[in-house]
Amino acid sequence: MEIWDALYQGIWIALQPHNLGLAVIGVVVGLFVGALPGLGSVNGVAILLPFTFVINSMTADPASPMIFLAAIYYGAMYGGAISSITLGIPGASTAVATTFDGRPMALKGDADRALVTAAIASFIGGTVATVFFTGFAPFLSSVALDFGNPEIFALMLLAFATFIGLGGDDIPKTLFSICFGLLLATVGFDQISGEPRLVFMNEREQTALLTTFGVADAEASVPFFDSVGWFSRGIQFLVLAIGVYGIGEMIWTINASRYKITMTETQISFKRIMRGIIGMKDAWKGTTIGSLLGFFVGILPAAGATPGSLMSYGVTKMTSRNPKSYGQGNPDGVAAPEAANNSASTGAMLPMMTLGIPGSPTTAVLLAGMVIWGLEPGPRLFEDRPEFVWPLIGSFYISNIIAVLVNLAFIPLFLWVLRMPFTILAPVIFVLSIVGTYAAYDNMFDVWLMVLFGIGAYLLRILDYPLAPAVLAVVLGATAEEKLRQALLLSDGNFEVFYNPFFDRDGKGQEWWIAPITTWIAVILITMPIILWLFRKVRGQHNEA
Amino acid sequence: MTILKTMAMGAAALSMAFAATTASAFEPSKPIDFVIMAGKGGGADKMARLMQAIVEKEGLASKPLVPTNKSGGSGAEALSYMNGVSDPDHTIMVTLNSFFTTPLRQPGLKVDIMEFAPVGRMAEDTFLLWVHKDEGIKDFDAFLAEAKKRGGKWVMGGTGKNSEDNIITDFLNNNFDLEIKYIPYKGGGAVAKDLAGKQIQSSVNNPSEALGFYESGDVIPLVAFTDERLPLFPDVPTLKELGGDFSYFMQRSVVGAPGMSAEAAAYYTQLFRGVYKSADWQEYKSSKSLMGDFMSQLDLADYWGTQRDRHTTILKASGAIK
Repeated sequence: MEIWDALYQGIWIALQPHNLGLAVIGVVVGLFVGALPGLGSVNGVAILLPFTFVINSMTADPASPMIFLAAIYYGAMYGGAISSITLGIPGASTAVATTFDGRPMALKGDADRALVTAAIASFIGGTVATVFFTGFAPFLSSVALDFGNPEIFALMLLAFATFIGLGGDDIPKTLFSICFGLLLATVGFDQISGEPRLVFMNEREQTALLTTFGVADAEASVPFFDSVGWFSRGIQFLVLAIGVYGIGEMIWTINASRYKITMTETQISFKRIMRGIIGMKDAWKGTTIGSLLGFFVGILPAAGATPGSLMSYGVTKMTSRNPKSYGQGNPDGVAAPEAANNSASTGAMLPMMTLGIPGSPTTAVLLAGMVIWGLEPGPRLFEDRPEFVWPLIGSFYISNIIAVLVNLAFIPLFLWVLRMPFTILAPVIFVLSIVGTYAAYDNMFDVWLMVLFGIGAYLLRILDYPLAPAVLAVVLGATAEEKLRQALLLSDGNFEVFYNPFFDRDGKGQEWWIAPITTWIAVILITMPIILWLFRKVRGQHNEA
Repeated sequence: MTILKTMAMGAAALSMAFAATTASAFEPSKPIDFVIMAGKGGGADKMARLMQAIVEKEGLASKPLVPTNKSGGSGAEALSYMNGVSDPDHTIMVTLNSFFTTPLRQPGLKVDIMEFAPVGRMAEDTFLLWVHKDEGIKDFDAFLAEAKKRGGKWVMGGTGKNSEDNIITDFLNNNFDLEIKYIPYKGGGAVAKDLAGKQIQSSVNNPSEALGFYESGDVIPLVAFTDERLPLFPDVPTLKELGGDFSYFMQRSVVGAPGMSAEAAAYYTQLFRGVYKSADWQEYKSSKSLMGDFMSQLDLADYWGTQRDRHTTILKASGAIK
């Protein structure tokens, strides 16, 4: 009953006018920051960090600054869905998966329903995660500790396995898409040895090229972009995501709907919002999976909300009785990633607070804030600073309620965007894609790359290649590679470390079950569809003959 | 983004009771790119974000510092980025010792550290050897015995390849006839977490990285790689006391990008001197067992020269370079 008392006290403090006010402001700021392409929760939190010192000096309440920043974090998770649904450009990397079904729903004239589903699923995801956080924080942080390098790689494998089903039924094309994404993820500096990989044209090659073209004084004009190589910065995830879902999608829409003037005839009324809320019964499955899986992925320090939402989408689709309806505007496909990204962002607070290790870029900023407010994140935080921890947990509940209400209230405004004539909306999306990319990385090269990816995505789409697996592979590729290599260093190159629970890792003869179980599930998930597909193919040929 | 930042600056201005309007030849005209050459959650990252927070809190700069982690390849990514920035006057970086070692190992990066502007050394960080309490190891001798027994199954986690942690591990292997296996991570935070989770058997984390799990009783320090005992760990002997002639420190310096103007470098030196003197920094320094005084400009460049020579010797001895 100790927890109930503490929680009651915490919620009471979080409900004090100054904390409530900060939560409302934070949520609204977060909502808009999240909705703007290229700006995500990390930008919002980093930019407003200085403001918390004012808060800190104005209130005696140690939790107030954090309540404000956490509210921004949540608001941004809700907001990310808005541009994913209305414009088809992911507002932040965490909302990429929301475009898969949110966008088709909007095109069908169901944008209001998609937005309501996203808001409510987010609310449920956030609340479920907060309940776990409240009840089991110390236990869950010890679970996070059990995930070493082989375990996290096995988990990544599981994520890829769920995506075999994501590209529809064409398995070779899906595999091609995953491999292409993995290839993009290897560009840049090798994370372990530091050698540049696939960077395209180092200094010597640039000189040679210029000489071939007969440029006078070739030596002096090098480097004309970067001495290590043009791609030494690597392929940034948002560059790909905005290219694929902003530019590529827009070209596709222009092509597909050339005579239509408006995108959708979206009505809005209280009745339709109510209809959307009642319609949640069609999305309970995605919401459940997203809430649970998102939280679990969120508490692992290596992952974060983006893989959490992508994995939840994949799992929901895989376990669906009607996987073909995904990508065509299935409410479950909106609910799963939205429940997951909210749940994961609450989950990511857990290793940050209890282990002092940030699981996502946003929590890294929050961690810095806590240090400067004189708090020491780590295993002792819950014991040492209850006057900080419990009001914060209380505010998680409050902020979620505020966020869902604010979000529902703003839906008419967001829908207004959709009523713009397409001739206005399309250029706006192009401009937002370009500005968003530049805002995120401050680099023109990335903007050109984004446009190139957009055109490439359009061409691949004409050829019916699924793009979501490639996007997933870019998100997870770097972590998967790092963990694979660390695990293989540990095992002296022996792959048994992933699938054999009796493999002796530390010379003490211990058994390690987590990685093998995860790996075996992944292997089954990967091989089943492939076997089924081969089976169907063979039978199909048989029937034709 | 710029508009938002401008708005945020308006809000931040409220907090700037002592706005930094000292007559200086250089004033930043846009947000300052604050590069961290290591991953999130490690010692360098925590420190950089603290510096940023202090600058904001005390209102030391008229434009915000925007931290970005460039952790790839033991600092190679960050160094190469710094080498090619278009606006060196608005680009600074927090460095580790990989600032010395990575250019030595990878001449292909074409990085000459003497071209970087010596803004200020904020501290020298210390190293201790940590093991999980469940190993039942109480002192350095017991550690040596157990590590020798397990050979290649004894795993040391550390930040980056051929980095500080790797150098210390090599030293232990070479001088105490061990075969400890070294696994590079992106940052000290991940190392600390994996030690607490018993995924690895030991680490040579900085105190700032391991302190949380030390206070909770999960990990224990066995030996300090310093010249004298650390005030924070009075019962932990130094390696020198135990007969090993070796001490090793990590510089925590702020550097300006190659090509930074002298006026801008002077401005940043002034800025970070302010950070160094702040109560928050001094408090952090003593609570995390950091050593070393503030050092800048010519003194710092000299220090870099000495450190580069020392690391050349170390890396040659371990065979990492020829």
